[in-house]
Formats: sequence, C-alpha cells, structure tokens
Amino acid sequence: MLKITDLVKRYGSGDPVLKNLDLTIEGESVVSIIGSSGAGKSTLLRCINRLVEPSSGSIELNGTELTKLRGRNLRAARRKIGMVFQGFNLVDRLTVMENVQSGRLGYISTWAAIMRRYPKQDIRRAYELMERVGIAHYANTRADQLSGGERQRVGVVRALMQDPEILLADEPTASLDPKTSEQIMGLLRDLAGELKLPVLINIHNVTEAKEYTDRIVGMRYGRIIFDDKPAQLDQEAMDRIYSGSPHADRSEDLRQAS
Amino acid sequence: MSEARDTWRKPPFIANPVVRWAVYLGAIAYFLWVGATMPIDWGRVADGFGRAGRIFGGAFPPSFERSGLLIDGFLESLKIAILATTGGVLLSIPIAFMAARNVAPLPIYYLGRFVIIVARSFHPVIVAIIFVKAVGFGPFAGVLTLVVYSIGFVAKMLAERIEEIDFGQVEAMRAAGAPFFSTMFYAIFPQIMPRQIGLTIYQLDSNLRASAVVGIVGAGGIGATLANAFGRYDYDFALAITIVIVGAILISEGVSGMIRKRIG
Repeated sequence: MLKITDLVKRYGSGDPVLKNLDLTIEGESVVSIIGSSGAGKSTLLRCINRLVEPSSGSIELNGTELTKLRGRNLRAARRKIGMVFQGFNLVDRLTVMENVQSGRLGYISTWAAIMRRYPKQDIRRAYELMERVGIAHYANTRADQLSGGERQRVGVVRALMQDPEILLADEPTASLDPKTSEQIMGLLRDLAGELKLPVLINIHNVTEAKEYTDRIVGMRYGRIIFDDKPAQLDQEAMDRIYSGSPHADRSEDLRQAS
Repeated sequence: MSEARDTWRKPPFIANPVVRWAVYLGAIAYFLWVGATMPIDWGRVADGFGRAGRIFGGAFPPSFERSGLLIDGFLESLKIAILATTGGVLLSIPIAFMAARNVAPLPIYYLGRFVIIVARSFHPVIVAIIFVKAVGFGPFAGVLTLVVYSIGFVAKMLAERIEEIDFGQVEAMRAAGAPFFSTMFYAIFPQIMPRQIGLTIYQLDSNLRASAVVGIVGAGGIGATLANAFGRYDYDFALAITIVIVGAILISEGVSGMIRKRIG
C-alpha cells in the first residue's frame, strides 16, 4: 500500500508544485493521474522514488517511510519501486538483455554487473518476462535498433526485473503512436493483474485512462481535485481539471494569501 | 503610409563612432610603433639566407648511413608515445568524471577542473624541461611530460562529453536502486565510449608528434637524436630523421583517421 500524506514540493522559493497532497493506493489497482501540463503529475511520481526530493510530508510504501531514507537504505527502497519513463531511458548502445538486467543493478555487485555475470535466476526471469511481452528474440539486439513500442516493452521488463512492490509509469505512451500506445496500456493493465502489482500511471490521454485503469485521479496545479472510478469522470469534472491556466490559478492563490 | 526605405547598412561592430575610430586608429598606431621599434637587423636576415643555404646544401642528399641510431630513436619515441597515451588516458577517465558538472559534487568538480587547467596551462616543452630537471635526461621524462599533456586534452574533452550525456539513462539506473559505480558503468560509459576511443587514438597520434619535440630538450626519443645531429652539424643525418618523422606522422594520421571513421 502506498500512502502519501500532506506532501509538499516547492522548487526554490516559488509557489509549491505540490500543495499538501494526500493519496492512497491500495492493493493491485491500476490508477491513472490526469491533469494539464504543469499540474505536478510528474513531480508527484518522482517524489515517490525520490528522483525529486519532497519538501515536506510523508510517503509510506508498505510500512516504509520513504522521505527520510538516505544512501544504502534509499537504494534498497528504490529497488522495490519500478519506473517506466516517457522517453524509455534505455541505454541505446547496450543489448536488450543488458538493459533488462540493469533493473537488477540494485541487487547484484558492481563487479558482477561490469563482467555481465548475471545470476541464473535473473536470466531465467528476464527470458520469462521478455517472452511474456514478446521481445525475447531481441535479447542480443542493441536497444537502439528497436521500434518505439518494443523499446517501451524493454522499459517495462526492466522495471519488472526489480521485483517491484509498485510500478510508476510517467507518461509511458506519450512518445508512441496511438495503436502502440493502446498495446502498452493493455500490457500494463494485464501485468498489474498477473503480478498483483499496483500501478500508478501519469497520462495525457483521457480515453486511454478511462479504458485501461480502475481509478482516475485528476490533478490541477498541485492539488488532487478528482479521485473516483473512470465512469464518474463526466464533462463537468473534465472542465474542472483542464480549464484555467497556471497563471490564473497562481494569481488566485495569491489573492487568497493576501 | 511612409515610403519604404531602399538602403540598408549592416550596423557597425562598435556602435559609438568616437570609440570605433579610436580603436581603429589605436590599433594601426600600435602596429606601426611595433614595426618601428622591433630590433630587426636586415643584415642578419641577409646572412641568414646564406647560412640556411649551407644547411640545406649540407643536408642533401639525406644520409641514412647511421640508420641503426635512427631506428632506435624512432622506436623509443613510439614507446614513449604508447606508454604516455596509456597512462594519460587511464588517468584522464577519473579526472574527466571529477570535472563533469552533471555527475560530480561541486568541490570535486572544482578540483577536477583545477587539475585540467594546470595540465593545460604549460606547453609540453616547458613541462619537459621541468621533468628533465626532476628525473634526468631520457625517455622517462618524456613519458611523464606526455602523460600531463594527454590529461590536459583527453580529460577536458571527455568531461565535456560526459556533460552532454542523456541523463535519463542515469535516472533510470538510479530509479532501480543501482549503486554509484554500477550506474556509471551502465548508463555513462556506453554513452561516452565512442568518444573515448576516438580521443585515445587521436592522442596517440598527437603524442607521437609531441615526443619528437620534447626530445629536443632532453626527454628522449627521436627528438634527442635530431638535436644531437644538429649539434654535430650532421645536416644530412638530420634531414633523414626529419623525413622519418614526417613519414611516421603521415602514416599514424592516416591510420587514426581510418579507425575514427569506422567507430564514428
């Protein structure tokens, strides 16, 4: 269970990007976060695995408080949080297998990683997962030879290799064409079910969010203003999430403050 | 509506006309003053032509008689270049990481930049003079000199490449909980490897050239052989050495160009 309480993120001395945000993700649900650009979706996701340092508040994953961790403990916690990126973030010059195994870097020694001496069970697991998403025949291919959809599958398998307790996906389909995009969303939903894994997806495509996820969280300028089943997301809710401009919203805050 | 203008002039480099003319006139005056005050003795220039004529006269035909000495000197230069490139490149890698702003913490970054600036600020000949004083005549001083020279170039260029990497790959490793060195080997090395190999080959080429120069001040190699030949007025032998140096540099440049094209 992921439990976020009173989370604030402020860059420099400006207006906070996340404003006292509370969110709980339970069980194996697939949750999508929607909202216009600048709403803080990406920051929220990155605060969870501490690629972005939260300013205050608490993030708890299955009983472990994440915001205070440092060094070795932080790395151990990150192993349990898989992440899928918008730009895939694969190492282009390495093979698909090396990319997939890089999800295990937190578990194996640096020496074993450099010498590419991966444990047998990791290799078996990699082949199973690659088989599952249909990229096993690419094991020895360099990552930059693959198409967008195939690359994102590598990204997903790499995240799953971590044996994660939660999967974060930061706009995983934004760089893909519509058809591939649906395939990846379907894959994320199916894998969540098969692996009993909660998945948190930032997404711009509301149609896909409605179709592939169990719950939709709507963010607007650092706050959650909608949190319900996809069926409840009506036009009025959509307008609330997507209307207005960051500027108007900020000046409103300023008026309230003064 | 006003008439559209049909003349246009490029705005002058210095907008203020007073400053502009002051700068132009000042520059011209300085050149005239330098020309008037430099001690150029035309008599000596004329003598020089005659002396140069004697040198070139004595140099033809080039003498390959003492080719044993020539080959020894050349092989020593090659050894100096290879050793210095290996040592210099190996030391350059950690220094480049230290001097890359996106991976090094600020104090380490300054330290790395400082090392590079020191290595770059002296010409190899000056470094060679210092090392010849410190460790004595011979190839060892040459190796140390070219190690410093290699660091100045390779570490600087590599640090710039590290600063250009796609940081998303580093982020992906961090998000997986990878420790620092694993992240470096998986996310950074693959990205900088082509540049690394290219720089190494270029530096080997460059060290071979520089090893001939530093030899003249006593740091071993074919440069020392050349300096000795000049010292003994063996101009025909000196020309033979020069021909070999030029030939070796042409060959190494051709080979390194070919290799760099293939890995590019």
